[in-house]
Amino acid sequence: MGTVAVHGLCKSFGKVQALDGVTLDVPDGSFFVVLGPSGAGKTTTLRAIAGLEKLDAGSVHLDGRDATGDAPAARDLAMVFQSYALYPRHTAYENIASPLRARGCSSSEIAAAVEQMSSLLHIERLLQRRPAQLSGGEMQRVALARALVRRPRAFLMDEPLTNLDLKLRVEMRTELTRIHRSFGATFVYVTNDQVEALSMADQVAVLREGKVQQVGTPTEVYERPANQWVAGFVGSPPISLLACHAEGDRLVGTEGWTLPRPRWTTAEDGRPLLLGLRAEDLSVEQRGNASLSGELYGLEPLGDRTVVDVRVGTEILKVKARPTVTGTPGERLLVTVDLDRAHLFDAGTGVSLSEAGR
Amino acid sequence: MAVSVNEAVSTGPVRDHPPGARRLGGRSRSILEVALLAVLAVVMLFPVLWMIETSIKENRDVYAIPAKFVDFQVTSEHFKDVFVASGGGRSALSVSFLNSVLVAGVSTVLATVLGVPAAWAYSRFAVKAKKDQLFFILSTRFMPPVVVVVPIFLMYRQVGLIDTKLGLILIYAAFNLPFTIWMMKGFVDEVPAEYEDAAMLDGYTRLQAFWRFTLPLLVPGIAATAVFALIFSWNEFVFAIFLTSSDNVRTAPPAIAGLIGGTTVDWGLVAAASVVCALPVFVFAYLVRKHLVAGVTLGAVRR
Repeated sequence: MGTVAVHGLCKSFGKVQALDGVTLDVPDGSFFVVLGPSGAGKTTTLRAIAGLEKLDAGSVHLDGRDATGDAPAARDLAMVFQSYALYPRHTAYENIASPLRARGCSSSEIAAAVEQMSSLLHIERLLQRRPAQLSGGEMQRVALARALVRRPRAFLMDEPLTNLDLKLRVEMRTELTRIHRSFGATFVYVTNDQVEALSMADQVAVLREGKVQQVGTPTEVYERPANQWVAGFVGSPPISLLACHAEGDRLVGTEGWTLPRPRWTTAEDGRPLLLGLRAEDLSVEQRGNASLSGELYGLEPLGDRTVVDVRVGTEILKVKARPTVTGTPGERLLVTVDLDRAHLFDAGTGVSLSEAGR
Repeated sequence: MAVSVNEAVSTGPVRDHPPGARRLGGRSRSILEVALLAVLAVVMLFPVLWMIETSIKENRDVYAIPAKFVDFQVTSEHFKDVFVASGGGRSALSVSFLNSVLVAGVSTVLATVLGVPAAWAYSRFAVKAKKDQLFFILSTRFMPPVVVVVPIFLMYRQVGLIDTKLGLILIYAAFNLPFTIWMMKGFVDEVPAEYEDAAMLDGYTRLQAFWRFTLPLLVPGIAATAVFALIFSWNEFVFAIFLTSSDNVRTAPPAIAGLIGGTTVDWGLVAAASVVCALPVFVFAYLVRKHLVAGVTLGAVRR
């Protein structure tokens, strides 16, 4: 068993409200990612679960039991810190052994467990070194081994891959997913990297300014963002947002364009809206009848694709195109829009208006 | 402290130019530096040298005019007099040295044992009005001892601590505690709190986490702080002379001062006693000099 649930977490540091009623439900055995920009309260949420942060309000339930007042040691959790927090005076071996020592395991048990972990993470050579003699990637592995050496109720990971270089990060992503699958344990994983969230998670909770914006599978968060902010935060290149309003069977842009009104929207005429269009739902090739006219603003070749910036009035649309696309800035072009995959948000509140009709 | 700071500053020559380019300017500057340092050294070291010489001079050479700097008769008589009474047995001075060891040692241990956990708490926990509290703690050191010695004398007389070693130990510990807390808070701030967080998740209690993972990292800081506290207690004069009177309670500084003021002054004995008094401080500072430099700079540099 390993369910983690937090309810109504509130925490302020001086005048800064870090958590403002955070409620999350982490199912047993899931890879649960808490995603948000820096300062969103992700780490504070994790520390609250771990018992390292005194809460102003709210409760933490572990396996259904209220653990709000429990000491960290009593919660039976393991954590990987962003800074790794390896004990500087201890060897890698002693670092990994620490959770077992604290719980009074015999030295033969400890030796066996450390050996097993170090072979799983390929760090056998490093066991006698101190943290200062390890590279960032090696420290990360040792920190991971220290967390994984025990089978706690759940694993908490605070941006464990942030301090690694890109190649290593991609490698560790796969490795962590593999470990999660083979352990079958509950992972609560905090990151500001949406690629990590989308590629690793069973469930994603998007956090902003101490408030949960949306909880769902990566697909749900990407395809059906609950509001304009989630739509803008998740996805790269970011979603393009165009101001408009509905008028009869048409959508009329503030910049003068018109598009057929999507069948699924229930927004009343005249209400200020934002039309959200993801780069892959736009095309510079002639494919449908719904299109916007604009001028080429710039090209961002990314190797496997090129992002074409198209200026519609004063607004920029990001359009995903083949890597072979060419053009000169200022050139007129038509952008085809896949309206079935578009999003509409209330311009005032940012709340998605797409769900009702779909 | 002055020794350690000089060491810290002058560990290596200043190399901000390539050797060839700065040759002339560099040499004239270094000559000036050496000259200035030499003058300073003479001013600083002459009294020390004179003290050491006097402590090993025969009495007639001590009073010789003109003063003899090199060709004097060497004797260990004065040092013997420091420790052995004229009629045989332990001298009053040697008792005062033992008192000093006891008072300085115990008060330093007391200040450290109380101050380190306090500093840790101030560094790690959200304490109400933390800054005000820390300022209050520091403010107890603003007044020189001589200002508070009379009220403390009256208080001590009330509770029977006058002329006791315990009284001195308590007042020195009280004086060293604010210093220890401030110094150590700087050191604790430098140790990431995440080590303790990690240890608590490993399964240790908060105190175990502090004891096993943070405290070992604080040892250099504790050593530096304790040396400063020890030197303060060892050298302290004002409280000692006001609060103690009998020979078997007095510490060394008032005891040595007591040698001066009779009809004749045995300068050889005064010098020898002073050398003995200065020696432990030198030795101790020398032993922990690396910690001292590391400690002082570590505590001082803010990230």
